[in-house]
Amino acid sequence: MSNIAQAFAHGKAFIPFLTCGDPDLATTAACVRACADAGASLIELGIPFSDPTAEGPVIQGANLRALTGGVTTDKIFDLVRELRRDVTVPMVFMTYANVVFSYGIDKFLSKAAQVGMDGLILPDVPFEEKEEFAPACRKYGLDLISLIAPTSEGRIARIAKAAEGFVYCVSSLGVTGVRSEITTDVGAMVRLVKEANPAIPCAVGFGISTPEQARRMAYLSDGAIVGSAIVKLLAQYGKDAPEHVGAYAKSMTEALRG
Amino acid sequence: MSNGRFGIHGGQYIPETLMNAVLELDAAYRKFKDDPEFVRELSYLFNEYAGRPSRLYFAEKMTRDLGGAKIYLKREDLNHTGAHKINNVLGQALLAKKMGKTRLIAETGAGQHGVATATAAALMGMECVVFMGEEDTRRQALNVYRMRLLGAEVVPVTTGTATLKDAVSEAMREWTSRIDDTHYCLGSVMGPHPFPTIVRDFQAVISREIKSQLQEKEGRLPDAVIACVGGGSNAIGSFYHFIPDASVRLIGCEAAGRGVDTFETAATIATGRLGIFHGMKSYFCQDEYGQIAPVYSISAGLDYPGIGPEHAWLHDTGRAEYVPVTDDEAVDAFEYLARTEGIIPAVESAHAVAYARKLAPTMGRDQIVVITISGRGDKDCAAIARYRGEDLHE
Repeated sequence: MSNIAQAFAHGKAFIPFLTCGDPDLATTAACVRACADAGASLIELGIPFSDPTAEGPVIQGANLRALTGGVTTDKIFDLVRELRRDVTVPMVFMTYANVVFSYGIDKFLSKAAQVGMDGLILPDVPFEEKEEFAPACRKYGLDLISLIAPTSEGRIARIAKAAEGFVYCVSSLGVTGVRSEITTDVGAMVRLVKEANPAIPCAVGFGISTPEQARRMAYLSDGAIVGSAIVKLLAQYGKDAPEHVGAYAKSMTEALRG
Repeated sequence: MSNGRFGIHGGQYIPETLMNAVLELDAAYRKFKDDPEFVRELSYLFNEYAGRPSRLYFAEKMTRDLGGAKIYLKREDLNHTGAHKINNVLGQALLAKKMGKTRLIAETGAGQHGVATATAAALMGMECVVFMGEEDTRRQALNVYRMRLLGAEVVPVTTGTATLKDAVSEAMREWTSRIDDTHYCLGSVMGPHPFPTIVRDFQAVISREIKSQLQEKEGRLPDAVIACVGGGSNAIGSFYHFIPDASVRLIGCEAAGRGVDTFETAATIATGRLGIFHGMKSYFCQDEYGQIAPVYSISAGLDYPGIGPEHAWLHDTGRAEYVPVTDDEAVDAFEYLARTEGIIPAVESAHAVAYARKLAPTMGRDQIVVITISGRGDKDCAAIARYRGEDLHE
């Protein structure tokens, strides 16, 4: 069983997202530890990109703050290496194709594996393009996470069959960001995934911010991914964010498993 | 690997949310592109509405002045809305309409593509929203007014560098959130497949006309075709039907801004490297970690950090040449063409004129150069005046 599969082996998964280097790497490290202590099942680490086309204004802002602060892919590898001295929770990178491609796909994945990452999410690499990245992921033992969206009609079975780690169910149209209501029939999406690949876990992301939403989405799936709501805490509290992120993560894990 | 490759370039690097939309577009395009009814409707719009064919004008004074090759100007500036952009927009709007879409969204840099999209939307009774970098809404205030006059909503984009690349990103985000009734009318030969192919096919009318017009006037092929390149739609349109004719040099003029040895440049082939951005693999201006570089050019239409994938491939194979042209050279050429031929070109097109001024004198008098004047320069007069130190505002 891969580390990522482990993340789903103990009840509904809570998956927080953090943009590395927002506002600095020390704060990111503290937030990762706070999330791990609060019982997060898997942590998504965003490597910032100058032009994150799948993100809403909140995470765009985090990318900008992080890059302005001088964070680089190499500094993020160092951060993970340092975190892995005590943090055992599975972690995946979330970034854009060009960050990996320009670093060198093989070199990027070799380093990611070396420092202790478990997977990779590339929102601008759909099923049709994944074979450019998948061989290097397999070579170094990282799961390349597939996404499905409310518009994936006719594609879900094919994507689910080839999926590794877990399937990232995009709950809504549009970009990342907090939503007051999620209207998509997430349950139906998850059912199509499970019909094609009964063993693959499904986590739902995009728009989830409250414990109640997380509970509802996790009821329909295997876990909830939360990005913008956490990134907002970083924007609000800056270097003082870790304790707020920890408290928030605690409220989410309790809602999911309580 | 996906379809729509030009060598290693192109592809479909987009969020899953948009995949069915581009697959549907691809299928619709393949269904309609050779459909006699579609072809007839589009030809009617090209000829009766946009004013095609555009003139191929012998620039006699310029030819005499430069003392080398004969110079012809392909007058895309004479099209309705003042630029080549209308060719692509009429094609895509008609296609969108056939697909049952009721709303067009678009990005724009200089505003030419935005104006063209707003025009087609008005003509076809469609809703229209144009995303434009805030910086560009200031540089091209008149075009913002024109779009609003045509009934479009103009959304100033404040993210990133607030220029063309950010307008593209924002239009892609908007498309992700509203797909059912909306077609993204991409303005250049870029983005995910099938856009680079669709836009090229609709712009290929330029080289088709050049070829037959020159055949009529001179009975032969040109020796060189010169066009400016941002994303590269007027250039690919000007090159396309000459690609099999190996004797015809194809020359794309990139915006070097303040020079390719400075950071204030938008010359992708000269300073960029291979990457993946805005749905495609191609060359991009970027730093060592793949962060897209903030680019600069006096021309809002060429101020883009990438180049269309077919151009990247024409560069790889050596079939086309790409040369950098600075702001200074473009502004000189803008003024030169105005004085010499009484034609004020768009500052984008002035980049092509600038290179022709260097090239033509090195060629024989029996040789022929065609320069595509992709758009008219009225929109640029205030900015050029300011560049020359005059305090002129629209």
